[in-house]
This record gives sequence, C-alpha cells and structure tokens, in this order.
Amino acid sequence: MSSIPGDLKYTKSHEWVRRGADGTLTMGITDHAQELMGEIVMVELPPQGGDLRAGDSTGVLEAVKTAEDFFAPVDGKVAEANAALESDPGLVNRDCYGDGWLIRIRPADASQFDALLTPAQYGEIAGE
Amino acid sequence: MDKETPLYSRHVALGAHIEPFAGYLMPIRYGSVIEEHLAVRRGVGVFDLSHMGEFRVRGKGAREFLDGLLTNNADVEPGKAFYSAMCYPDAGIVDDLIVYRLADDDYLMVVNASNIDKDWAWVTSHAGTCDVRITNESDETALVAIQGPKAQELASRLTTENLDAIAYYAQVQGKVAGCGAVIARTGYTGEDGFEFYVQAADAPAVWDAVMKAGQDFGIVPVGLAARDTLRLEVGYVLYGNDIDHSTSPLEAKLGWVVKLATDKDFVGRDVLRRQKEDGTSRLLVGLKVEGKGIIRHGTELYQGGRRVGVVTSGSMAPALNTAVGLGYVEKGLSKAGTALEADIRGRRIPVSVSKTPFYTAGTRR
Repeated sequence: MSSIPGDLKYTKSHEWVRRGADGTLTMGITDHAQELMGEIVMVELPPQGGDLRAGDSTGVLEAVKTAEDFFAPVDGKVAEANAALESDPGLVNRDCYGDGWLIRIRPADASQFDALLTPAQYGEIAGE
Repeated sequence: MDKETPLYSRHVALGAHIEPFAGYLMPIRYGSVIEEHLAVRRGVGVFDLSHMGEFRVRGKGAREFLDGLLTNNADVEPGKAFYSAMCYPDAGIVDDLIVYRLADDDYLMVVNASNIDKDWAWVTSHAGTCDVRITNESDETALVAIQGPKAQELASRLTTENLDAIAYYAQVQGKVAGCGAVIARTGYTGEDGFEFYVQAADAPAVWDAVMKAGQDFGIVPVGLAARDTLRLEVGYVLYGNDIDHSTSPLEAKLGWVVKLATDKDFVGRDVLRRQKEDGTSRLLVGLKVEGKGIIRHGTELYQGGRRVGVVTSGSMAPALNTAVGLGYVEKGLSKAGTALEADIRGRRIPVSVSKTPFYTAGTRR
C-alpha cells in the first residue's frame, strides 16, 4: 500500500505539490508513481527560470526500462530544480516526498494550487 | 483475453508487477529490476518462460522439412540444439527460434510468444509433401529456466542427470523434481543455465522445487524486464524490437545462422545469397551512450545533420552502469568506435558504435 500524505495536493498524473511559507510550490512524483516505475536511473529537469504551463510535460524520469514525463501542476516559473538528483536519481524512489522532490515553482496564480486534488481524491485515482 | 501461465498464482503470491505481454499475463518484475539482473550475473535467478511457443515436428521427413524452412542447418546430432532464423521469401524474418533435436525424427521448435499464431500458420503451410507430423504443444508446455553462475549447482539438486554431459546448446530428456522434462542448456542472458520444459500441470511443482533448493544460493525470481536488460547486455536480438519482417538475418548480423555455403535450399535463400554478395545497406550494431541519457527503441541516430539510423533496443545496462543499445546504421558507419549522435526528445547526445557483447564477463556467451 503506497503512502499518500494528508498535507499535500495531487494531480491526476501522479504528482504531489506542497505549498511553502514563501508561497512557492514544491512538487515531486507520488509513492504510487515511483513504485510503478521502479528504479529511476536518470532525471531530466527543466532549467531554472523556465516557464511552466499546467498540464504540460516539464521533465522526464527514466527508469531502467521506461521513460515517463512528469507534468507541471500549475502555471508559473521554475524557481529551482533539485540538483541532488543529478548524482543520485534514486532519491526519487527512496524519499519521493522529501529529498526526492523534483522542482520548486513560483506559481502565477495561487488559486490553481487550491484546485488540485485532495489526498482522498488522489487516493481513488491511485486505486488505494 | 490474456492467458495466465501455470505459474500465475506463484507470481501473484510473490507480489510481482504483472502486465500483459504477447497475450499472456507475465511478471515484468517482482521488485527491483537491477537486483534481479545482478542476481543472474552473480548467483542464480529463475524465470517463468511458459509463454514461449513449442511446436513438435516428428516423422521421417522432419530434418528435410526443417532444412527447407530454417536458415540454419537442422542436421545436428540428436541431443543437440541450434539457434536459427526463419525467413519469408524476401529474406524478412518470420521469427528467430531455438530448435532441439530430441531424436533422429523428433524436433522441438521453441518460438517467440508473440509469434505463436503467425509461426504456426507459416510452419504448417510449408509441410507440403514432407513426411512430418507437426503439433502445437504451446498450451500444454511450461518452461522454467534458471540462469546464473550457480545454475548448475542448483540444477544438480533437482535431477539425477549428469549435467556435465549436457554441453552448451544441448539437452537430455529426464526428470526434474520428479517430473518428466526436457533439460536444456541454452540461455539468453550470457550466463550458464538450464531450461526445464515440463508439462503445464507439473510447472508449479518444478517452480516450488527450484525456489526451495535455490534458497541456499540466494535465488531470485526474475521478470521480463531484467530478462530484457540481460539479453541486451550480451547483444542478443529480440524479435519485434531488433528483428522483424522488415529486416533480414544478414542485416541483423545473424549471418552465422544462415547456411548459404551448403546446397541446402530454404525459404529466403535466393535473396539472402544476393544480399551476401552485394552487401546490405544497413547493419545492426551495438551502441554505447557517451553522454547523459538513455536511448530507447525508435530513437533516431544522426551524423552531423544527417539521419543515419535508428535504435531498436536500449536501456541502462545494470552490470555495466552505463546506457547501451542496438540499432541499425548505414553500412559505412558500422565500424566499432564510429561517433554518432542520438536524438533524445530533441536533445543530441553522443553515442558510439560498439562491439557486442557489451558485457563480456558472463559465464556463457
């Protein structure tokens, strides 16, 4: 049974989003998604300052056998990409809600965060 | 509706990730692909390959029939096996397969699961006037394989057959865990190993015996994902990825199983002879990724601004910790060391043509 922390928001495409005190949003992929993919051996992240549009592919996770895009949960700009994944992409598997985060976003419209899925709604999608 | 192999409940109990593959619900991985892969390189792994197709060809005309159908020579001694391509008249590949000569007039063809129906139609339509009886035993036959440096030690606990007497690419008919089996030594991972062809009803007992005896060797069940990375590391082709109707065995560098020098006549021979004389315009080569990235089936290859080929298989190679692949390139670019670029989602990364196998430390080639 994969974990779905109660204090995060989620997308249909298996991303999680956390709002920080400074209004930036941190995102990653869910435990369910990392478990489905298996060992992640490479991560392609967007450049800092790059524009994001909700629902657009913004990076790629490469597992041994497959590659999967991940998608921007909201409109905005990339505030930071997780540089630690360069040398240790396995962080996504080991700590997907913590050190294995993907990018931090400066959102264009704060209300888009509120409209994301609740843990309960995501739980239904993830088949829990 | 996808079929279950006789070991489906074992895979479920082991918590396997199961997906449809070639019409069967197959274990893709049980846990970590990398751990499964390395278990086969360092110890021993067990595979359920019951999805593979088995055709039995019996009768006085069996050898003659197979010699007319297959590119390789069917006239091996009873007890031996051979790898072969089976071609269309245009030299495109119907399938690649392993054939066991069980007795003078008794052969077992093992074909790819995805090709069972197509192969059956092809094989039976060529029987013509040959004195053969061909039966499709795919549903009644299960296949449990063990691969890895510890495979022989493990197999010796399951059978009283003299395993030293089974050479690479040979087989005996005997008993495994008390069940009648064809015990073969023909693998697809670059390691030593044994395949147990058994009756479907016996498969769970054989699997359980392998798992129990394997405990002492740290045995790991291995899914299709690691089977694919294992075969890719040693440069073996996969039907549907690297070879198919649009490729010939000579393009795929399988010339060693195409017997043109003999007077054996077989389907596709004329075109293959012409290809041998004139050369083919492209060749399958090994590819090593020099930059950061992973090449996959369909990735296009460039030299300068010119498209010069396409990747047909690609993955991380767990025992090498680098990304490798196979692909077709223009003939002039097939030399090891040739520098190319792969287009990964619009980004060009350097790759180089490489000799295969990529992984050379296996216990078998």
